Amino acid sequence: MNALKKLFGGNTRQFGMIFALVALIVFFEIFTEGRTLTSGNVINLFNGNSYILILAIGMVLVIIAGHIDLSVGSVAAFVGVCVALFIRDWGLPWYVGILMGLLLGVAIGAWQGFWVAYVGIPAFIVTLSGMLIFRGANQFVGKSNTIPVSTDFQYIGSGYLPEIGPQTGYNNLTVLLGLAAVAYVIFSEIRSRRTAKALGADVPEAWVMVLKLVLICGAILYATYLFATGRPGTSFPIPGLILAVLILIYGFISSKTVIGRHIYAVGGNRHAAELSGVQSKKVNFLVMMNMSILAGLAGMIFVGRSTASGPFDGVGWELDAIAAVFIGGAAVTGGVGTVIGSIIGGLVMAVLNNGLQLLGVGADLTQIIKGLVLLIAVAFDVYNKTQGKRSIVGMLMKNFGRSSEIKADETTQTKEVISRGI
Amino acid sequence: MTSLNTHSDPLILEMRSITKEFPGVKALADVSLRVKAGEIHAICGENGAGKSTLMKVLSGVYPYGTYTGDIVYQNEIQQFKDIRASEHAGIVIIHQELALIPELSITENIFLGNEPTKRGVIDWAEARTRTTELLARVGLREDPDTPIKEIGVGKQQLVEIAKALNKSVKLLILDEPTAALNESDSQHLLDLMLGLKGRGITSIIISHKLNEIEQIADEITIIRDGKSIETLNVKADGVDEDRIIKGMVGRTLESRFPDHEPKIGEVLFEVKNWNVGHPQIQDRLVCKNSSFFVRRGEIVGFAGLMGAGRTELARSVFGRSYGRFISGHVYKDGKELQLKSVRQAIDAGLGYVTEDRKSLGLNLLDDIKATTVSANLRKISRHFVVDANKEYAVAEEYRKSLRTKTPSVEEGVAKLSGGNQQKVVLAKWMFTDPDVLILDEPTRGIDVGAKYEIYGIIQKLANEGKAVIVISSELPELLGLSDRIYTIFEGAITGVLNKDEASQESLMRLMTSARKTASPSGTIQN
Repeated sequence: MNALKKLFGGNTRQFGMIFALVALIVFFEIFTEGRTLTSGNVINLFNGNSYILILAIGMVLVIIAGHIDLSVGSVAAFVGVCVALFIRDWGLPWYVGILMGLLLGVAIGAWQGFWVAYVGIPAFIVTLSGMLIFRGANQFVGKSNTIPVSTDFQYIGSGYLPEIGPQTGYNNLTVLLGLAAVAYVIFSEIRSRRTAKALGADVPEAWVMVLKLVLICGAILYATYLFATGRPGTSFPIPGLILAVLILIYGFISSKTVIGRHIYAVGGNRHAAELSGVQSKKVNFLVMMNMSILAGLAGMIFVGRSTASGPFDGVGWELDAIAAVFIGGAAVTGGVGTVIGSIIGGLVMAVLNNGLQLLGVGADLTQIIKGLVLLIAVAFDVYNKTQGKRSIVGMLMKNFGRSSEIKADETTQTKEVISRGI
Repeated sequence: MTSLNTHSDPLILEMRSITKEFPGVKALADVSLRVKAGEIHAICGENGAGKSTLMKVLSGVYPYGTYTGDIVYQNEIQQFKDIRASEHAGIVIIHQELALIPELSITENIFLGNEPTKRGVIDWAEARTRTTELLARVGLREDPDTPIKEIGVGKQQLVEIAKALNKSVKLLILDEPTAALNESDSQHLLDLMLGLKGRGITSIIISHKLNEIEQIADEITIIRDGKSIETLNVKADGVDEDRIIKGMVGRTLESRFPDHEPKIGEVLFEVKNWNVGHPQIQDRLVCKNSSFFVRRGEIVGFAGLMGAGRTELARSVFGRSYGRFISGHVYKDGKELQLKSVRQAIDAGLGYVTEDRKSLGLNLLDDIKATTVSANLRKISRHFVVDANKEYAVAEEYRKSLRTKTPSVEEGVAKLSGGNQQKVVLAKWMFTDPDVLILDEPTRGIDVGAKYEIYGIIQKLANEGKAVIVISSELPELLGLSDRIYTIFEGAITGVLNKDEASQESLMRLMTSARKTASPSGTIQN
């Protein structure tokens, strides 16, 4: 039982979500008669959802810190329209446009972060106001018109990895990327196992590790195959590449760095964090600012993909991003959540959307189903917590094997102390 | 021992062979409790002995069917299915964490869920009149319209009792009623309990303050490891504190404090003329021109009633984490320090263990290892990247040296008992390697055995040459632990006594009056 738990990293919700994701994919693959796992569809799915997933990365940090950001859709739209205007009216090259867009995100984030962190206004209010302000600003500066962007700028939203090297029938760069990912996964798994062993911590049995690696690498290689065999001209999409890089960076920041620890600490217990020397205002400021930067990036990717900026870009994105984060295991009260969990949560929503579309289900029903999925996912988690935090694996395995749990809540008994006589 | 009076006094409550199991744990095993009508019955036991569980069984929090055994109340076997059912029968439990709503008035709180109505509309006039009567009965002089948040904890406790009286209580259960009260509020509450007894209300009291129990209880049932050990009749058996402790721990406790040979050096830490304003109220001072010093290797106690300004002093010194700084100087090793943030204070070698572990000291979502390193992440990181291996090793080291009971350092701190949580908090501050460590109520809510261990750790830190400040509401603890004790009253330091000249009486006198006493700095203002 412990071995199985280790296999999925111990996190109940994440484990549940991975299963849900796989089950959904299998379900749709069967009921769409194989139209789900085709190159074209998978590439589409990534293209159409990468900006929501990028928002989910920023949003999970905001939610871990105990806040929320309702303004992301409006901020994305505002940055999008500004960049489109910079490029069209000022004739800036695409890379300067992107840089300007990111700087605009910094400025907007500093504005919102200032009110949240230093004035102490709840983020809900600040970003609700931001939602109105930046939506209005988008329509004001764009005069509610559609503003087209140049083809080279469109590359960040709709480009693909180029074809280089010998003709292999596959997209060489995509294949290389897939192989690099597999190598990285195997390498890091072996390394972490070695250090855990050196420290004397529990390591799962070898077969567990091998099984885990086979499953993960299999999934990566299969995805690589799908991306590399798309119709000519398509391969792994650029937004997907940006997303992958961001997942790596933010996954690392949130789990391995000092600032990551501080974000969890502030969200978990702000007072305790402050009394441990954490500068909670700075943390809150940075988290809010980061969200706006990522929103700006998502806005630009969307403009690139849709070839033009419009007055209704990004409407409702905040809700998709927030839903992804909560499906991915974050807690409304803060302090809990992971980047990778949010990505999985976002993918669950994306696959659901895509699969229902392929099945010809209307947008009305799709929304109802998505709403129910969000509710059920969180309800399941809440139920688990009230049931003494037993994990899904634990529940499944309840009747097998012996319970080897050690009771944690055990104070030193007085008699022992006396007999020990310190 | 109980056979003396069983025939003369009728029982109001008898709990027979109560057994309650949680998954994997037997919280209560065959516990029996016999409470006579009209008496004050105390339940004593270490933390985790099962006292609260027993009371939850009685009050229907754990409904009929989730336990085995019988509850006989007023000569009938009861099957309470929830708290409402037990309250309906006249059993009211007042928990340690008060169940009052801060924003509502006294009247609204007393009648919450039980509002008097006239034609479906709440009759506030009636409610207010009845509240006035009830407040008079519990001896609380407050306007019934005062919001709960504006009265102190002691008075809130009285409102809870008034609320219970309003439900025509027959059996009142008080779980640690004086834990958060100062001495005079505690005394008032104990007097009130005796008064209620005079009116025929039976009370069950759970308390760690054995002197109080000795003072008011008629009988004491001792619970240890989920079993009822014995029932003592206070008068007939001549029960005193040592006798109760013996029952609780199973043998006599020779000393409640480890032996300690202080090694006191020169002055290490000094605060001079410290003035701090209340965070919200403009002209109110929470620290009035306070001056004190601590020497290397010395354990200095701070005695004061709840609200006297002990925590306020400590927290304002610790990087101005409380109140509005007005004026004052902090010196370490003779050099003046500017401590404007907690970070600066930690960097300067200060540590502060908070009084309220759960809301200020711990992130309950964290595991032990993350908590242990949380105040000194820099030491285990390189280029802002936390080294998980070092983190594990550090936490493991402290787990061993402090004897924290846990299956692993990856366990969540929320799952630990109070004593073990406190050890983790101590580990966290020990890892910052402070020269000056301030401990605010270090043993609150911790049972006797773990207290002894915590005392040992504190003494060891002092012997390493650190300056240790202990703030505590328990005078015996301060007397047993400190080398010198400062007293605080209404934000001002009113005196300082050496270990050999301090007694509960002399401290209490200084803690309750702003008398001008010999003070080390001679700057006391009134």
